[in-house]
Amino acid sequence: MPATLRKQVEGSQAMAEAIARCRPEVVCAYPITPQTHIVEAVSRIARAGRLGTCEVINVESEFAALSVSIGSSAAGARTYTATASQGLLFMCEALFNASGLGLPIVMTVANRALGAPINIWNDQSDSMAMRDSGWLQLYAIDNQEAADLHIQAFKIAEELSLPIMVCVDGFVLTHAMEPVEVPEAEAVDAFLPPFAPRQVLDPDDPYTIGAMVGPEAFTEVRYLQHVQQLAALEVIPRVAAEFEAQFGRRAGGLVEPYRSEDAETIVLALGSVNGTLQEVIDEQREQGAAVGSVALKSYRPFPFHAVREALGHAQRVIVLERALAPGIGGVVVADVERALAGLGIPTHTVIAGLGGRAITRRSLREMLAADLGDLHFLDLRTDVIEKELTR
Amino acid sequence: MSANGGKSERHELSGQPQKVAFYQTGTFAVGGRLLDEELRSVQSDPERANAITKGHRACQGCGEALGARYALDAALRAADGQLIVANATGCLEVFSTPYPESSWRMAWIHSLFGNAPAVATGIAAAMRAKGRTDVRVIGQGGDGGTVDIGFGCLSGMFERNDDVLYICYDNQGYMNTGVQRSGATPPAARTATTEPIGQHAGNQFGQGKNVPLIAMAHEIPYVATATVAELRDLEHKVTRAMEYRGARYIHVLVPCPLGWGSATNEAVRLARLAKESGLFPVFEAVGGAVTSVSPIRHKVPVEEYLRPQKRFAHLFAGDGMPEIVERLQAHADRNIARFGLLDGGEEARELDLLDALALAERGV
Repeated sequence: MPATLRKQVEGSQAMAEAIARCRPEVVCAYPITPQTHIVEAVSRIARAGRLGTCEVINVESEFAALSVSIGSSAAGARTYTATASQGLLFMCEALFNASGLGLPIVMTVANRALGAPINIWNDQSDSMAMRDSGWLQLYAIDNQEAADLHIQAFKIAEELSLPIMVCVDGFVLTHAMEPVEVPEAEAVDAFLPPFAPRQVLDPDDPYTIGAMVGPEAFTEVRYLQHVQQLAALEVIPRVAAEFEAQFGRRAGGLVEPYRSEDAETIVLALGSVNGTLQEVIDEQREQGAAVGSVALKSYRPFPFHAVREALGHAQRVIVLERALAPGIGGVVVADVERALAGLGIPTHTVIAGLGGRAITRRSLREMLAADLGDLHFLDLRTDVIEKELTR
Repeated sequence: MSANGGKSERHELSGQPQKVAFYQTGTFAVGGRLLDEELRSVQSDPERANAITKGHRACQGCGEALGARYALDAALRAADGQLIVANATGCLEVFSTPYPESSWRMAWIHSLFGNAPAVATGIAAAMRAKGRTDVRVIGQGGDGGTVDIGFGCLSGMFERNDDVLYICYDNQGYMNTGVQRSGATPPAARTATTEPIGQHAGNQFGQGKNVPLIAMAHEIPYVATATVAELRDLEHKVTRAMEYRGARYIHVLVPCPLGWGSATNEAVRLARLAKESGLFPVFEAVGGAVTSVSPIRHKVPVEEYLRPQKRFAHLFAGDGMPEIVERLQAHADRNIARFGLLDGGEEARELDLLDALALAERGV
């Protein structure tokens, strides 16, 4: 086992230490709650001289933060940024550009609700809204995984030459104290090779990057982008396996089933709620209920095969979503239903934890006991809405 | 995967020189042949870099294509070929890179309309991180990409004093999308979104958005304006800008025959009239203070500049709109007073052979 630092630490500090050990050459971000502690910590590490010649740039907007990242990544520098919520939306145009240009930027998304009404607390509406941006999206269950996923993310992104979001629940993870092991720099060096860009802006070997492409080739360029993203379905679990082999613990991958092999009811969820969910499943199992869960780790690309394998034997599937698509309901459920096509397994969408509302064990117990319809809002305060609906 | 516009050939600074065909009769370039090689303009240099090659899709008489070639060739020479360019979306980007072709013989990236200054910052940061301070970075775009949608990124780049030279090729409107009004469109001008109909004739009179002055307010090391009528001046200013580190800004007036409704052989003359009328002051500023102006040599009334352009035709149709022309004249007169364009004092200077000699003395 390589030497590690295991200590009680805030999630943001652990992620920052992990990011620092990946030796980014350019870090550029704009402050937004609850991402701030991560970038502050990375900046502090850089200021202390631990990142060599790494450039830390404080810019005037998230749009600029990702645009600077586009420039530095295209110039061959390992590049990191982070944002959340409105900031991710402000990056939107540049998100599509970074993925279209195939730039392996790593970005932490400290998941936070979108306004209006403005709300600084956690849900996953922000990264869900950017699901078609061409970025890979990984979701962490706890802070150990949040730290580990960043180390994996650089490797995955650079191997595929695609940008990647590491999605961590804002406050729930970023501001929570947990014991986390952060590998030593030498161990990370052994795991993560130096960045060898697939294309680079080099005056001695000049390329034109970002040309205008018309109808004669645009479909083909987009097709290749799709194929490249699908290739991540092989790379993500392989990198997770390599990580486990070297560091002796599991992190990442496509899906993580929990006591679901013989389960009749399986709950699929993304992110930190899986911790609470697994505790509730342990309780229910003790009482003889055949329940289990599946944590979806990779939302983009969506692992249809792995999801079908993990859920295909269930009597019913509950998709627990921390985002709402108004007018539709759930976001992830559509993909889950496609993965289960033809199996006749009923699915129930449960919208939960919007804008930071805690998803409690009691609520989850009730959810598992309830006769759910197609769409259910967990802990919805009917007294509040009924007044408005009858006005 | 990326829309990679094909690998361009290496520029000639690091390979065999491309011999210059001296077909530019009547220009400074042909005059440059009479000079010693070290005194010649970049364009008459037999080893000129040729940043953007012929074959691009710019309109006939395009001022931007002309300005960009002179500016970037000069920058390439100043950087000894070690140059990377970030280009905003716009005419220059579209006409130079129709996939799978590219006119750029240099490392070049296009990302978005509003982020060229930030992309340039990122490239400069990467070069610094890698210890490649010999590689210089230019950001460039049209007036829309610079004074409007890219302005936040531009101001941020200035404020941080990032090591980037940003060049704005100002044709005073959104020409690529069909001649709509931009923040740099002059008052009274007709565009597709400011038709001379109704109560207001063409673009409104606002307070103006003078980005060279705004750049100076950031107290960046170097700011200059230029036009394609004085290409030696443009070369000189780019060369000068490359002598500085930190944020630098050059604003080049580039007439657009399509958008201005002018003859394709009038682009250079109109650029000259813009300067000689006082509507477009040509100056340099170091550290936020004006250090030199190009004086008006033969002052002309603004009408002489406005009349050849169909975008101002409504000012002269029928009874005309003399009060609007007077307001524009007042604008020009204010520039003349503000910058001392008619003073011809010690600060002011003519750019001619003496300048070439001065450049040579500085080892440029």
